Amino acid sequence: MSEMIFTYEQSGEEMTLNMGPQHPSTHGVIRFIIKTDGEIMHEAIPDVGYLHRSIEHIAEKCTYEGFMPYTDRVDYVCAMTANHTWAMAVEKLGDLKVPERGEYLRVISDELNRVSSHCIALGAMAMDIGATTPFMYILREREYINDLLEQLCGARLTYNYHRVGGVGWDMPSGWRDRCLKWIDHFEPIIDEYDRLIAQNELFIKRLANLAVITGEEAAGYGLVGPNLRASGVDFDVRRDVPYSVYPKLKFNVPIGKGLMGQVGDCWDRYYVRIEEWKESVKILRQALDQIQATEPDFWIRPKKLKPKGDAHARVEAARGDMLCYVAGDGGTNAYRARFRTGSFNAMKIIQVKSKGCMVADLVALIASLDIVAPEIDR
Amino acid sequence: MDAAAIFAHLQSLVGDAVYDFTAADKGIKDSFCRVKPERWHDVAQKLHDDPQLRMDFFQCVTALDWPKKNMIEVVYHLYSYALHHDFVVKAELPRDNPIIPSVTDLWGAAELNEREQFDLLGVGFSGHPDLRRILMPDDWPGFPMRKDYKEASQYRGMATTRPSPLSLLVVYDKAPPEAKMKVMAGGGESEAEGQAADE
Repeated sequence: MSEMIFTYEQSGEEMTLNMGPQHPSTHGVIRFIIKTDGEIMHEAIPDVGYLHRSIEHIAEKCTYEGFMPYTDRVDYVCAMTANHTWAMAVEKLGDLKVPERGEYLRVISDELNRVSSHCIALGAMAMDIGATTPFMYILREREYINDLLEQLCGARLTYNYHRVGGVGWDMPSGWRDRCLKWIDHFEPIIDEYDRLIAQNELFIKRLANLAVITGEEAAGYGLVGPNLRASGVDFDVRRDVPYSVYPKLKFNVPIGKGLMGQVGDCWDRYYVRIEEWKESVKILRQALDQIQATEPDFWIRPKKLKPKGDAHARVEAARGDMLCYVAGDGGTNAYRARFRTGSFNAMKIIQVKSKGCMVADLVALIASLDIVAPEIDR
Repeated sequence: MDAAAIFAHLQSLVGDAVYDFTAADKGIKDSFCRVKPERWHDVAQKLHDDPQLRMDFFQCVTALDWPKKNMIEVVYHLYSYALHHDFVVKAELPRDNPIIPSVTDLWGAAELNEREQFDLLGVGFSGHPDLRRILMPDDWPGFPMRKDYKEASQYRGMATTRPSPLSLLVVYDKAPPEAKMKVMAGGGESEAEGQAADE
């Protein structure tokens, strides 16, 4: 009897399984309809929309400045960059200037948030595969960042810190030193964390050569950010479509090298994020150094904001290139706003790459792409 | 290449399928050109394949509803990783029957993005392999992001709106003043009695 139940052989019969919408490994509310024969999947069809809050429609109902808190909810794990995208798109549309100190504060808050978002991504990925320890370690680090951001803007998750024309508040006294102290503490942790899991034999066996995405596929299916770079495409919005004060900062763009298997496998997607931590820390150090020489002005509030026309802005968010397209018709509200996010495009590649994968590897694939459900549905 | 050069090159390839190039200025922040909807697939093919254009990243497709002009505008944002340039293409569709060829066969990223625009604004993408609703429920009536959309009062027996909790407070204001006084006096008395009993 037991041989009949625990068979890994393909019988030729197809079974349809539901994964989600409340499955913990789908990182939110996503449903996958899995067509499987034994352990081998034929296809995993994503079914999204469970978290659709119509943020784009809300943008048409409130003013340009009033929409800012909603952008937090586009991607709540990395809310700063969503703030930044909206602010940049509206500033481009309305010909607004941002003071230099405001730009530095934006970059600092973005990078802090990127580090904390990658903490969740890497910790959750290890946990999905079965290693629970790294998650606990890395969430402790994330708490420190949350504390820093709370001191900066009063919130720990949905920050609402950036404003059209600058940022909401200057950094409080002593915050810069606390931030530097945290960087001194965090830098060695990266290596410690790396030793803890990335070189682990089981971890590598599980992820190397799994769901290999080539550079061409990644670009064609619209993967962005770390997922794109892990496939060997050397592109970073911060460097190639420069915005804010990034041209003044020196950093490298880590790309997948296929150290443990092929370029673009799940392990590469994991490791690119570890490398990005190091770059973010580098950027933070430079920005915290350069901000001292700036004027105290951090926000020029627009007096009249009734732009006409359209504009788009791109920002390197934690989950990659986030695009915001905004059109105005001369009113106080946006006529149309559109957010194109990284996780939404990643849904299609899951469907393509799940063919021939084991059911258990689907969880690793989803986790390696760093999917955040509200970012898919918006 | 900058946008003007891209447009000139594109025009040499596809002729009058693209027209009306508008350079970035005070209002329009991104240069764009218009495309004849029925020839969009040829134009997209050239944008994707031509060695001088090589738009390998389909960034975004956005549909805008303009009821006054009786048109739906579809905006495509494209980018080239290889050559580091971007371009914006816009198409004007009639509002009562907005149909434009799908470009899913060129860019895989187009599939879900086109589905989303179909779902929210009702743009038909001809040749799309799987044009279903994606964010809204499958049997949702209407296209919610059109400007003239009116939400039905209920969906499958579930109310789509609910009364404001503040409206429930109005009941007390409408009651005659004597009744209000009685309620207050009664409450006060019973409380006093209760306290007396406790003692």
